[in-house]
This record gives sequence, C-alpha cells and structure tokens, in this order.
Amino acid sequence: MVAVGPRKLLWRLAEVVDVVPETPRTKSLVLDAPGWEGHRAGQHVDVRLTAEDGYQAQRSYSIASAPEEERLVLTVDRLDDGEVSPYLTDVLTVGDRLELRGPIGGYFVWDAADGGPLVLVAGGSGVVPLMAMIRHRAAVGSDVPTRLLYSSRSYEEIIYREELEDFAARDGSLEAIHTLTRSAPKGWDGYDRRIDARMLSEVAWTPEERPLAFVCGPTPLVEEVGTALVGLGHDPGRVKTERFGATGG
Amino acid sequence: MGEGFFSRGFRGRRRNQDTALPPGQYLEDGFPVLSAGPTPRTPLEEWDFSVVGEVDEPKRWTWEEFRALPSEEITTDIHCVTKWSKLNTRWEGVSVDTLLEGVDTSAEYITAYCDGDYTTNLPLEEVTGGKAWVAYAYEGEPLEPEHGGPARLFVPHLYFWKSAKWVRGLQLIAHDIPGFWEGLGYHNFGDPWREQRYWGD
Repeated sequence: MVAVGPRKLLWRLAEVVDVVPETPRTKSLVLDAPGWEGHRAGQHVDVRLTAEDGYQAQRSYSIASAPEEERLVLTVDRLDDGEVSPYLTDVLTVGDRLELRGPIGGYFVWDAADGGPLVLVAGGSGVVPLMAMIRHRAAVGSDVPTRLLYSSRSYEEIIYREELEDFAARDGSLEAIHTLTRSAPKGWDGYDRRIDARMLSEVAWTPEERPLAFVCGPTPLVEEVGTALVGLGHDPGRVKTERFGATGG
Repeated sequence: MGEGFFSRGFRGRRRNQDTALPPGQYLEDGFPVLSAGPTPRTPLEEWDFSVVGEVDEPKRWTWEEFRALPSEEITTDIHCVTKWSKLNTRWEGVSVDTLLEGVDTSAEYITAYCDGDYTTNLPLEEVTGGKAWVAYAYEGEPLEPEHGGPARLFVPHLYFWKSAKWVRGLQLIAHDIPGFWEGLGYHNFGDPWREQRYWGD
C-alpha cells in the first residue's frame, strides 16, 4: 500500500527537443519536461491537446525512455483514423510544446531489482514500455537474463531495430527475437507467424525458471500470449499485461 | 498549468456536440480490453458468488443458483479511465440489491474480489439503490472471458475499472480499503463526471 498521501498529477508543459522517425508510421518525441519527477520503466503519461477554441483531447502514451535518461521520450504510432496520434507524428515539431501529466500506472513496471529472468513479449508499438525496461536494464548495468519476443508486420515496421541489435551485440544476456507476420525480407530465417504457444515454449524460458513476463500489444496478441503462457505452466501472477485496444488514439 | 495554452495546429476531430461525454473522454465504437494479467477461465461448475464480511450469515450461490435469481436488463453508457466512452451498451445482470436482500450489516464499504486476485473498493451506497449489478450478458450474449465473463461487477456511473471483471464476491467491511488499481495511483472513488482518474484528482 501507499505510504504517502494522494498527490495530484499536475498537467505540465514539455518542449519537443527532437523528433526521431523510427519506422514509416512511428516517431519518437524527445521532450524536455521541466519539473518531471521521474518514472519507472513501463509507465505511461496522459497527453492533452487543446485547440484554439478550447476543445481538448486526451490520450495515453507509454514512456520509451529509461528513468535514468535526462529526456522523456514517447514513441507514438500513427493511427490513420486517430485524433491525437496523427497530430503528434505529423504536425508537432521541434520547439513546439506538449501538455502532459504522469507518470501513470504502478503495476506494469519493472525495476532491475525485481530480477528475472525476463521475457518481454511485444506486438507492434506494444514494444514501447518494454523498451523502457530494456533501456533501464542497460542504464544500470543489469545482467538479468532477458528475452524480447517481438511481433511486427514487416521488417521495416520493427521499432528500435538497430538499437536492439546494438544492445544484443554488446550484451550476451539480452536476446531480441523477432517474428514477422505479413512480409519478410528475402533470406529471413526468423519466425514468420503470429506468436503462439509453440513459439513461447521455445523462447519464454521454462516454468521452472520462473520468468517474469511482460506482455504488451493489441488485445488478440495479449489474450493469446497470456493464455499460452498459463497453459505452458507459467505462474499467472508473474505474467503482467498491458493492451492497446481498438482505441482511436 | 496550461491556462491559455493551445496546441499549435491542433483542431481535433469534432463530434456531434449533442453527445454529452464526461470531460476528457472520447467516443469509442469498439470494446477495448484492459486488464493486468492473463484472462482467468473458471469453469462454471467451479464458479460461485459470495457475500461475506460483516454479515450475520455469509451467502453463496452456485452458477445455477445465481442465474435463477431475478435479473434486470440495463442499457447505459460506460466510461473507461483510459479515455474511451461507449454509449448505449446493453447488459443483463443481477442487481446488487437482490444479492444483498435480507443481509443485515453495519458495513459502509465493500471490496469486490475476483479471479486473478483483482479487487476494487466501493462505498456500499454506491452499489445499492439500483446502481450496480453482477452482469453475465452483454448485447444479448454471454459475457466473453476477456470482458470479464462469466460475470463482472457493473457499476456504470463510475470509471469502468470499478466494474471488476471475473468477480466472485463482495466483502462487506466497516472501513474503506483501496483495491488493486486504487492502491496503484488511480482515484479511490472514480467519478468520470468529476474526472477523478488519479490520486488527488
């Protein structure tokens, strides 16, 4: 339980200091957020947009940066019919300000002290809060054995691909395993199907190794993975999930 | 913060302004799913529902007994703290008033407890007087497990996390004890019209 009393999460203005294209549909917003009091890897923020006439829209976005980083980074997936995400990916530029509050969510979080082994399972932009965990792990020099199983539609749509390759190349205790569900480049020898129980039995450690699992992605993926992990004998209490529903972000 | 601030170039997707939504919410046609862990799947023959705690005699129903109780149809709007609202959703369930019939208690709060170790807390007066149900059907179909089936608490006047999925019973208690999300930064009461999303709102 909480030791401190309720503290209001205040709206604050952050400034966009960089915009980094990650994939054709995804950009990272690097923010300078004065007064930001820190976060834990896996948490999210609420973003609020205000039109000139006062009309407002709010959405939640996962934090991509490690708590140890100076800048707050959000990675936003552009939803074609969305109200907020196309503004964030197409309109917002360096020097613009963005209103946000957080951090929010105290369950889908990982700290290096929580140990592992870790199995991180992502679908699409569900990788964002898991990347915060991977970056946190690297920032504190943790060697908790970690496997990321990451489902993308195509090679081009893998978010953070190069950074993940770099991490894995430097750190033998981190593996990034990809599956491509729609199209794969010539010569691709990785998985090329949706994540299923067989894939998890090959990747997600054994129940005896008692991995801590974090699963984030669209609802069908999270349902499939959660059910499969429990079916394989993993402790449901060690499987944490976060879903991107059909929300019109 | 943000007084006088506007987002350069943001116009927003204007919707039909007759639709009254709580502040900060947007209209959703789908039915997004939110939960903290894997979907529990309790077979109906093992399922039961209990009323325990500060009561003279605990009550318990098997699935068959529960489904034999008088039920009601409710058509109403729902509001999730993650910002979506869904209008005119149709549910069937047993009123909490029915479940508490004949229960003599001095309790002022309840903890709803669920499969998957999820709990949520509510003042007793927020779940009585025709304000809450244990719902087992949505849009005329048995409630899907991912949406909380076989049965979930249904308290539509509060943010939807209070409508605890996979509910198995109500514990009547004298003092308020924050539930799962309420202990993790979400508002203890959760009134969408007062935008009580997080601690201190």
